[in-house]
Amino acid sequence: MKYKRDPKRIREVLGDKIQFILGDMACVYGGLLAGCSFFAGYPITPASEVAEGMARLLPRVGGTYIQMEDEIGSLAAVIGASWGGAKAMTATSGPGFSLMMENYGYAVMTETPCVIVNVQRTGPSTGQPTLGAQGDMMQVRWGTHGDFEAIALAPSTVQECMDLTIEAFNLAEKYRNPVCVMTDGEIGHLRERIVIPDEKELKIINRVPATIDKEKFIPFSNSQIQKNSKVPDFPTFGTGYHTYVTGLTHNIYGFPATDKQKDHQELVLRITTKITDDREKLTMVEKLYIDDAKIAVVTYGATARPAETAVEMARRKGIKVGMLRLKLVWPFPIKEIQNLASQVDKIVVPEMNLGQIVHPIREYSEGQCEVVNVPKVGGEMHLPHEIFKYLEGK
Amino acid sequence: MGEIKTAGELNKKYLREGMWPTIFCNGCGNGVVLEYTFWALEELGLDMDKVAFASGIGCSSRLPGYINADGLHTTHGRAIAFATGLKAANPDLTVIIFTGDGDCAGIGGNHFIHAARRNIDMTVIMINNFIYGMTGGQLAPTTPIGGIATTAPYGNIEHPFDLCVVAKALGASYVARWTVSHPYQPIKSIKEGIQKKGFSYIEFLAPCPTAYGRRNKLGDIQRLWEWYDKNTILIEDYERIMKYGDEKEKERAKKMIQIGVFQDVEKPEFFTEYQKLVERLQGNTITKTSSVKSKKMVVKK
Repeated sequence: MKYKRDPKRIREVLGDKIQFILGDMACVYGGLLAGCSFFAGYPITPASEVAEGMARLLPRVGGTYIQMEDEIGSLAAVIGASWGGAKAMTATSGPGFSLMMENYGYAVMTETPCVIVNVQRTGPSTGQPTLGAQGDMMQVRWGTHGDFEAIALAPSTVQECMDLTIEAFNLAEKYRNPVCVMTDGEIGHLRERIVIPDEKELKIINRVPATIDKEKFIPFSNSQIQKNSKVPDFPTFGTGYHTYVTGLTHNIYGFPATDKQKDHQELVLRITTKITDDREKLTMVEKLYIDDAKIAVVTYGATARPAETAVEMARRKGIKVGMLRLKLVWPFPIKEIQNLASQVDKIVVPEMNLGQIVHPIREYSEGQCEVVNVPKVGGEMHLPHEIFKYLEGK
Repeated sequence: MGEIKTAGELNKKYLREGMWPTIFCNGCGNGVVLEYTFWALEELGLDMDKVAFASGIGCSSRLPGYINADGLHTTHGRAIAFATGLKAANPDLTVIIFTGDGDCAGIGGNHFIHAARRNIDMTVIMINNFIYGMTGGQLAPTTPIGGIATTAPYGNIEHPFDLCVVAKALGASYVARWTVSHPYQPIKSIKEGIQKKGFSYIEFLAPCPTAYGRRNKLGDIQRLWEWYDKNTILIEDYERIMKYGDEKEKERAKKMIQIGVFQDVEKPEFFTEYQKLVERLQGNTITKTSSVKSKKMVVKK
């Protein structure tokens, strides 16, 4: 009855290698390819197509889809499934993401691998449900209480919706942390050509299961199997490890240690540095004309599309403009921004919000160059010339 | 199985020693419910590697910590939703949830309702002490009318929530309520609940002398147990009085809390039905046409 990933079956269900599909659907494809066998969700525009796609395809590969009573329950079920040994995901948008913050923190604290696709829209509150925005780029990093590190990817194309969802599962499994795919209503509802990778082109990472002697097993400490890994081995429920998993501050044995300063500090430092130690290894950026650039656009997600056109326009006019696109926004690529800031006179940051990622960019450019916030809100993407005018020096 | 005769032997087998002692106050009912659960597990002879516990937040939700088994101590009110995913990922697990009245009827009410409606195979053991105990005695959805709480200092005016009635109305496979002063029926109910393929809800009226009893002149544990005795009525007795009793008896019975087995039915269970769906979709006919279908699907979208 337990799910076993069957690559042949998955491709049979997905169909042709080359397709013309929605960004939301590409997240479904990515999930299935990564071996996702459990999806719990709740309807919300513009993310509902992910749930619809999963409801249709997941049972056909032998996985389970369930529509929960709300987004809180959705992420709860996903985390429960993960402890049952499944690769699990959910999908939502701003208001649902706000509701998920509680269990997002629980997943961080209990080191539960899981994937959240956030097809972003704007707020506050219900905002503009049918229109895209980049409303949650800071919520994903700071939205739940306490000290934690986020891992968040930002696709700019439909192909990337699929590729980065696969990557999200790999990172979730590797670091035992929730990983968010921060797409948006524009990319989610965009149709583009995608190419489904063959099995041999795919890199699939699975969590390291606990295999050592049950008496000697320590559930919340550095790995006892992998050398120099701060990520503990995973004692899947039902395998006899009798693990106690709690959102309370716990010691290495998993037992509550709520009044112990040292235990809390040790725990929080381990679950944050297990990610930040690998910051540079994790960094995923795409560079365009950066080598000789004097002005740089730093961008991510849907905004990268008009930004690229604006950079091309500037280059045609002989302006030395480059573009740095963040495919992984969190953990923040500090070194890339530091290096860029030491090279250019100005960094331009277009975002579909009043300015979110511009803040860490400003922080890590450390005053070495001017950092310009180019916000656009209201559910419309930037037009290329709206970015271009900041590249001309106007 | 069958070798264990004393509570001491039972505890040695089922308790997680590293977690001892418990956080519970003197006179708390949680330990009694835990003991009943151990006896039920022992009588069923379940492999504890294949039994997983889940819980939310509150005193009763700390119980999985004291059991030598896998335990998921989750966020407030959400245990049932977590358990839903756990059961989906591994249907071979026996999933038991410990929850309290605030956790289950208050913040987690919606998860409870929908898991009961879907009839998901799990056993929910709800320990009802009429109060938010861990946080110091605030008003709960189950606090009786007139009950004193720190946030109802002049007496509760809200109508209390009866989750057994709700679970029954939603068609849960098994619904029962007992008090901790019943020694045998609870063990039988927990056994029946675990064996039932479907959503089982077993509620226990359990004393909280510290946060409820003390403020409601029931601080003395004996008085609280007497209160249960005076204020509960077996479902069978209730029904008999409603049929044959006089008006005075009827009025009195209506004010009492009914105990007993409210529902015990066979009904399709969610993941069993889902598995049938998966098998249907993976049958020969689908496989043969899948490539055609998926092409169509791509065009249609």
